[in-house]
Amino acid sequence: MHPALAVIFLTLFSGGGFGIMALTAIINDFQIDGGLNPLQTMIAVILSLVFVSIGMLSSTAHLANPKNAWRAFTRWRTSWLAREGVFAVLYYPFAFAYLIWVFFTAGTQDTVGLILANLAGLIGLITIFCQGMIYAVLRTIRQWNTALVPANFYVMGLAIGATILAAERMIMGAPAPTLVGIALGLLVAAAVMKGIYYFWISRPNGPTIRTATGFNRFTVRILEQGHTFGTFLTEEFGHTLPSAKARNIKFMMYIFAFIIPVAALVIGILTAQMAFPWIAVISVVFGIGVERWLFFVEAQHVINLYHGRQQC
Amino acid sequence: MRLGLVIDLDTCVGCHACAVACKEWNTSGTTAPLTDYDPYGAKPSGVWFNRIRHFEIGDYPYNKTVNFPMSCMHCENAECVTVCPTGASYKRAEDGIVLVDQNKCMGCNYCSWACPYGARELDRVSGTMKKCTLCIDRIYDMEIPEEERQPACVLTCPAHARMYGDLDDPESPVSRAVRDRGGYQLMPELNYNPTNHYLPPRVLAPIPTEELKKKAVRKVKEWVNRVVER
Repeated sequence: MHPALAVIFLTLFSGGGFGIMALTAIINDFQIDGGLNPLQTMIAVILSLVFVSIGMLSSTAHLANPKNAWRAFTRWRTSWLAREGVFAVLYYPFAFAYLIWVFFTAGTQDTVGLILANLAGLIGLITIFCQGMIYAVLRTIRQWNTALVPANFYVMGLAIGATILAAERMIMGAPAPTLVGIALGLLVAAAVMKGIYYFWISRPNGPTIRTATGFNRFTVRILEQGHTFGTFLTEEFGHTLPSAKARNIKFMMYIFAFIIPVAALVIGILTAQMAFPWIAVISVVFGIGVERWLFFVEAQHVINLYHGRQQC
Repeated sequence: MRLGLVIDLDTCVGCHACAVACKEWNTSGTTAPLTDYDPYGAKPSGVWFNRIRHFEIGDYPYNKTVNFPMSCMHCENAECVTVCPTGASYKRAEDGIVLVDQNKCMGCNYCSWACPYGARELDRVSGTMKKCTLCIDRIYDMEIPEEERQPACVLTCPAHARMYGDLDDPESPVSRAVRDRGGYQLMPELNYNPTNHYLPPRVLAPIPTEELKKKAVRKVKEWVNRVVER
């Protein structure tokens, strides 16, 4: 698949933003590390809104005809993309309401505040699920057509959110041992989930050039693609990554997405140096961005069988 | 009614006339134009509803070239329609034709991701997804003679490799051809249940070349060949 930056940013930033909101709600529900004070809560909610908005705005850059984008909310009965749009928009009033409530009443943990926070967090989590299902329902792309995709989106979004919240607490000088623990746990879980995903997609078992052409008992080879230059299909679906290069990029991705953030958070909480939480945040966003790029570029659409690929 | 195409891989000569006729008709049809990018330059590309690929089947000497025209299969389980968030993609209840409403499409490409057959192509200029309409503006046109109310690709095919008809009617010529010739669907494991079917090459008895009766002229030719070689 063509790794369009617009879609990478959409899933990366909105996933992280919804992760921040969901974890803010949980932290204030259970007063983890004493809960977030009003200022910390407002910063967290604003960060969440900024992240989600970056994602949503960049997703419109993916549209070739954005003047019809408003219609994308209409087919929620069948389309996961429409459902994602509906829930993403529904997220805003609740997140804004919580932000305004905290601003005027400083009530981060009173009943109204918690109801608003939990509803916003829940809607965010539902949106992440819809985002994952956009890809997971496509039977045409074996690497995506698995329940591991929404599961990965969840744990990655929550890992980004937890890292940012832990870093925010550390930068603001508040105690954050449990928050760092949550972030470490989610980062490790995300690394393991991604490992399971890579194991799952490692062996080709999708449709073959034989079932694509119907000549099931013969070897089939492409002689001519039938066009002199590229087409929409080769531009959109033709991208591949040599396996050696993919391995190197995955190695780098693991370092940036998981190892550096884990190390930086641990060192940050031990030394109380301001630089390390920043390193953790920048590294996790960059690393999971690379992970999302790999997610797209490694996906092999079955149309490639008609352009000569033997199996997807 | 389930309108669609049946394509005879035995007789298709791979001339691309169907694709050209399709482009010619549809570039002024209901989803017109079919934009070309850099048509006379070094990197010609553009929107086509019908593309022909060429495959080698089997290994030499038991191999064969098969030409493979592909357009929209007008699937029964058209997931390009169900994934569409705007409602631009739709499948007509009365004849099963899958179409894109150009006024509603926002160009998100999602339907092209859901299509296993590469039937949908984005027009970069209009920003909308375009696809085979089964020449809906020909087949229902009461102004043209009845025998011309067929898709442009079917009318133009010089090898009569393309047939058009109702696949729901078991006695229609297309249904009979599918039944008699073992017509099949592409990538049935994905369960899109495409309407278009492909007829495999006929299995013919091989023409013997080893034990041909040698005629006198041939004997003389072979003798001359041997002498000249020396």
